[in-house]
Amino acid sequence: MTMSLPKKMIFYTLLTISAVVLFFPIAYAFLISFMTGPELMQGRFLPESFHLDNYIKVFDRLPLLNYLLNSFIVSAGVMLGQLAVCSLAAYAFVFIPFKGRDFVFFLFISTMMIPWEATMIPNFFIIQNLNWLNTYQGLTLPFFALAFGTFLLRQHFKTIPKELHEAAQVAGLGPFAFFRRVVLPVSKTSLVTLGAYGFLTTWNMYLWPLLVTTNDSVRTVQIGLKQLQSQEVATDWGVVMAGVIVVIIPTLLLLFLGQKQLQKGLTQGALK
Amino acid sequence: MSTLREDAAPVEVIKPPGVWTRTRRGRTAILYLLPSIILFGVFVFYPMFRTIYLSFFLTDQRGEAAVFVGLDNYRYLLESAAFLNSAKATILFVLYTVPAGVILALFLALIANEKLKGIGFFRTIYSSTMGVSVAAASVVWLFMFHPSIGMFNRFLALFDIGQIQWLLDPDWALFSVAISTIWMNTGFSFLILLGGLQNINEHLYESAKIDGAGYFYQLRRITLPMLSPTLFFIITISLINAFQSFGQIDILTKGGPAQSTNLIVYSIYREAFVNYQFGTASAQAVFLFLCILVVTILQFRFGERKVHYQ
Repeated sequence: MTMSLPKKMIFYTLLTISAVVLFFPIAYAFLISFMTGPELMQGRFLPESFHLDNYIKVFDRLPLLNYLLNSFIVSAGVMLGQLAVCSLAAYAFVFIPFKGRDFVFFLFISTMMIPWEATMIPNFFIIQNLNWLNTYQGLTLPFFALAFGTFLLRQHFKTIPKELHEAAQVAGLGPFAFFRRVVLPVSKTSLVTLGAYGFLTTWNMYLWPLLVTTNDSVRTVQIGLKQLQSQEVATDWGVVMAGVIVVIIPTLLLLFLGQKQLQKGLTQGALK
Repeated sequence: MSTLREDAAPVEVIKPPGVWTRTRRGRTAILYLLPSIILFGVFVFYPMFRTIYLSFFLTDQRGEAAVFVGLDNYRYLLESAAFLNSAKATILFVLYTVPAGVILALFLALIANEKLKGIGFFRTIYSSTMGVSVAAASVVWLFMFHPSIGMFNRFLALFDIGQIQWLLDPDWALFSVAISTIWMNTGFSFLILLGGLQNINEHLYESAKIDGAGYFYQLRRITLPMLSPTLFFIITISLINAFQSFGQIDILTKGGPAQSTNLIVYSIYREAFVNYQFGTASAQAVFLFLCILVVTILQFRFGERKVHYQ
């Protein structure tokens, strides 16, 4: 592909301006996380020095390490749960023709029309009645089943040749052995996509952790940010921004590493 | 599978297979589907019916139905200025965020789809907002909107324009929240649209180029029609996301000033978990459900026919 020089210049200009505008809030938060109160008041753009005082302070004022660990456990838990539950369901849809499959499929689709926020009141009471407030299972279990994830994996399972399935049956491989030894290994890419997606969305979850955590024991970083912001708002924005940077680094890294994969996988699951 | 067994015991062919044998595949399938079905039952379907049920009752503090009031909760909502205001704010918010957000993401996807050196870097930057949680993004924007030390007002000061109370002025607050929301959703929309663009067959462009078609002609005649399923999908997702916005409201404005940013989910949250009015909160939740239902049905019905599939 060749592109004329003026055309190239136009594209690079547009690309650069867009990148600067779009990335500005993140870069700005990063710079502010190194600033002291007086520096902020002066309206400086660059900090005087890149010292870590604000980062030390934020870990001091908030059980941030604890929150990070909680977020990690909850996100990894939902990720693994989703992978297990969705891949089992997708396997049944693709490899086991049975009566009533269309009906079950319709059930799955219909869950996509029910916004989670519309059911949060009874869900809260379910968790409360199970005595699961402030527990990891209360934070994770409601999100294990996911129609989108099932469809995404189903898409990939469908590309597995039927001959492979027949050969496995001839070889005497039961359905579960076929699922575990053949289907899962060849679908690694889709599993990774769904895993990354599940981890990312759970890490960023806000409303549900707000409802079902009432103390610090299993509270996640997102709620920690809300606490930090309401405590510190008038005094120390540098510390608040240090908290923000700590919270977004894991997901940004995940995104940077898996951007290509995620984009491919999500488009497939969404559209076919 | 059954042929194997018939070969082994030909006598049994005469007898039709019993119910147990005939349903064997169904039973295996159910085993695999059971985890999903149970979880959907407990955490999606039951709560949805329970929400509808509660919307016909006055409830006690523990969320138990106490007094049956029929449609009174709905009647109360439709007459309540607060709810109507919340509905209006939600619709305005959808109008502010969805078209602008989709157009911005489409623009970014188009320029990032060119084969240029270093394009991977730009793609990473454009998708980066997907890695920033709503809570983190809201805190950053809260600072940018800060009346005196925030960067927006600092910028205006350069041109001697007076301060704008971005989040404190009822005329500006919803708009400000919408801007920050567009930014938060850009990464995801961009990623999906870029994926859609890359699925378009290269050959279509090659023949267009031979015919001497220009960039915008190709955009109108090839790119947009071929992208229409993806575009339609991302419009639907953006609509649903806009209806469900909560975190940015909770951190940026708490529904204020003067209820101007009290979007539906925030309103449900306050009604239920601050005011303990679970009946009317459930009735609002049913409204939210209906809105999303309409959007998704439109996506299934209208989207399949109107858009161009490869």
